[in-house]
Amino acid sequence: MPMTALADVFTKSVRTVALSTPIAVAGLMAAAVPVSAQSVLKVVPHADLRNIDPIWTTAYITRNHGYLVFDTLFALDENLEVQPQMAAGHEVSEDGLTYTITLRDELAFHDGSDVTAEDVVASIERWGARDGMGQKLMRVTESLEAKDEKTVVLTLSEPYGLVLQSLGKISSNVPFIMPKRLAETDPNTQIEEVIGSGPFRFVEDEWQPGNQVVYEKFEEYVPRDEPASYAAGGKVANVDRVEWRYIPDAATASQALLAGEVDYYEQPVVDLLPMIQSDPAINVETVDPLGTQGVIRFNFKYPPFDDKKARQAAMWAVQQADYMYSIIGDPQYFEEFCGAYFMCGGPYETDIGSEALREKDIEKAKALLEESGYDGREVLILDPTDIPVAHGQSLVTAQALRDIGMNVRLVAMDWATMTSRRAVRDAPEDGGWNIFPTWWLAADQLNPITNISVAASGDSAWFGWPENQKIEDLRNAFARETDAEKQKAIVEELQAELYDFVPYIPTGQYYQPTAFRDNVKGVLEAPVPFFWNISVE
Amino acid sequence: MYVYILRRLLATIPIMGLVAVFVFMLLHLSPGDPAVIIAGDFANEEQVDKIREALGLNDPLHVQFGRWLIDLLQGDMGESIYSGMPVTELIGQRVEPTLMLTLCTMVIAISLAIPLGVIAAWKVGTWIDRAVMTLAVFGFSVPVFVIGYLLILGGSRTLGWFPVQGYTSIFESIPGFLSHITLPALTLGAVYMALIARMTRATMLEVLNEDYVRTAYAKGLATRKVLVKHALKNAMVPISTTIGLGVALLIGGVVVTESVFAIPGLGRLTVDAVLRTDYPVIQGVILVFSFTYVLLNLLIDLTYVLFDPRIRY
Repeated sequence: MPMTALADVFTKSVRTVALSTPIAVAGLMAAAVPVSAQSVLKVVPHADLRNIDPIWTTAYITRNHGYLVFDTLFALDENLEVQPQMAAGHEVSEDGLTYTITLRDELAFHDGSDVTAEDVVASIERWGARDGMGQKLMRVTESLEAKDEKTVVLTLSEPYGLVLQSLGKISSNVPFIMPKRLAETDPNTQIEEVIGSGPFRFVEDEWQPGNQVVYEKFEEYVPRDEPASYAAGGKVANVDRVEWRYIPDAATASQALLAGEVDYYEQPVVDLLPMIQSDPAINVETVDPLGTQGVIRFNFKYPPFDDKKARQAAMWAVQQADYMYSIIGDPQYFEEFCGAYFMCGGPYETDIGSEALREKDIEKAKALLEESGYDGREVLILDPTDIPVAHGQSLVTAQALRDIGMNVRLVAMDWATMTSRRAVRDAPEDGGWNIFPTWWLAADQLNPITNISVAASGDSAWFGWPENQKIEDLRNAFARETDAEKQKAIVEELQAELYDFVPYIPTGQYYQPTAFRDNVKGVLEAPVPFFWNISVE
Repeated sequence: MYVYILRRLLATIPIMGLVAVFVFMLLHLSPGDPAVIIAGDFANEEQVDKIREALGLNDPLHVQFGRWLIDLLQGDMGESIYSGMPVTELIGQRVEPTLMLTLCTMVIAISLAIPLGVIAAWKVGTWIDRAVMTLAVFGFSVPVFVIGYLLILGGSRTLGWFPVQGYTSIFESIPGFLSHITLPALTLGAVYMALIARMTRATMLEVLNEDYVRTAYAKGLATRKVLVKHALKNAMVPISTTIGLGVALLIGGVVVTESVFAIPGLGRLTVDAVLRTDYPVIQGVILVFSFTYVLLNLLIDLTYVLFDPRIRY
């Protein structure tokens, strides 16, 4: 029997079973009616949506969910300039201390209530309690008040150059605007309801953690007139439903895209791209033009990396190409070399001081290590084997350090365990660590304030807890400076100090491709996957 | 017999109690702090501590255990640390796919493996026997995910008969259900089928050498009758034990199969929860799994009566 005939027999027998079963027929009819009338974008997201509160967690998946449901006061455009989004406009007083922000008309929440200045104030305050940049803004904020229904007044205690950059922050935590009743939730407790004023509505009934998340077009949303550009401009929902279907297995997700079961695969594995690209109906594009930065972080509390010379030795012992070939492989998706701590292609790109990273010099590294007084003690590198990007960085670092004579032990674990272990401040032999690998999206690394891996405020700094007053002074000077050219000069001075101090090794800049079928039109180029502007044919 | 069943059911209580204590201790003593994971990269120690406090993780272990146990006795398994959804609701969402996958797998596996095992024993030493045993070795040795990928490649991509992934509830659409469940059930069934076929063959071989089988043949009974009515019935006790024990194997395979075919079942829920140290969810699913396993063992013990009238409870 030919295969098609066999398939027919199968289909027919299946149909017979179905038609003889009233429940199935009723089910089929019920399912057919709404779906046929709707346009649906089926997406395989990079992770499962576990938390619905984008202020409570910094997880990128929750941030992406946030952008569908919530709106922001200001937003970053593709020129990396901050534009008004929910704000109609703003005025700054002559002394630069008072910002008066007016809200657009026709802003409404998904529960039907209007967006008011009070909602904005409560939302900014909650975000300011959690987010690093928000906390900095709150420190210089004298008052934040709702002057009337549509006007918010922010008064500063001292000049601050990053007010709009903070309120228009594009990555986690994004200052999303929620109704006051939700924004009054303790910042350390998750909100219990998802009500935003964004272009899509969260369909709570259809949310199945570990499986699917569904968003429906919010008909009352009024987009801005400007064309969409990064997070700014008109957020026009061109599909009725966006369905996130979490498929944990990369091979299965690729096959589902090839079979047309899904339309958009956010982060396909580079190894499987040749298979996906073999189908001409699938586009593979680097949607995020800014990319991602690999990071090798030291623990500054314990030898040997409490000594600057040991960190410099490590930097001379490695080169970015080794990392990139190990974790990405295809040179089409990474920069040959990027010496900028604040990303290549960003507004603060410079390669000042990056010689150690550009060239590998084992002899120099050995000499520096000796100068540091390294006594042969064991160096613990945390190795999250379930995340290829992190695992590859650990392996490359371990080999490079062994090459210069360090006694290295890789400690294999899963990512969740690593995120707990890196917070441990005890000595490496007592459950602590010396080195851990991670990565940051460029959107987080673009300037000295959002790039928390350069912060050097000691115990209150990011894991590893480096302390360097000069770096902190330069970061504060950058935040206070309102002149863009002067900010650039500060960054150059800062980067020279960073290469001397080595808070971490930037292991390279790489780009994550996204794959989507050719029935998907209007995918925006942006550091965050946005789902407005997209239509499905 | 009813007294026996009641006694066995009562015996599950201390067993479940032990499982509960063991699971709780194991989870809380293993590394991984959900508060740190939730707090993310930007949080300071004070914030992490506040989250820990909000989740009740700062209390001494026995207090946490007591709280969990009291809630559990009232039918409340707590809430997921991450999604905030009740564990009972999460498990409820996931029971059907896993139950259906396991049932379909058992139906396919048992209905294929027992006849294959019987035929292999009947035709022992011939090419039929060797072919069945080769298949069994293949099913047993090839990892579940490889079989899954091969079936996706063949059944979905090349022939286009079945969808690559996902699940449709049987209550929503029977054709949808059947098309979604076939490949996963075959995948998961491979190892199970191999196990049952080998066991059936081995026990049948033993039984076929018994005197009463020879007598049956001597009486002039048809081969089919001898094999099915006389030999197989007596071979069923060890076979049903294998079927029961094999369910443990299935539970392990379910996790992989559900991941490969993106089926939102209990296996995936367990893996996701373990990777994030979502304590209440892990505790909940392990309790459900062990309870099912204990019940299943009881069920298997009861089926012995059907096959061997000498057994009395």
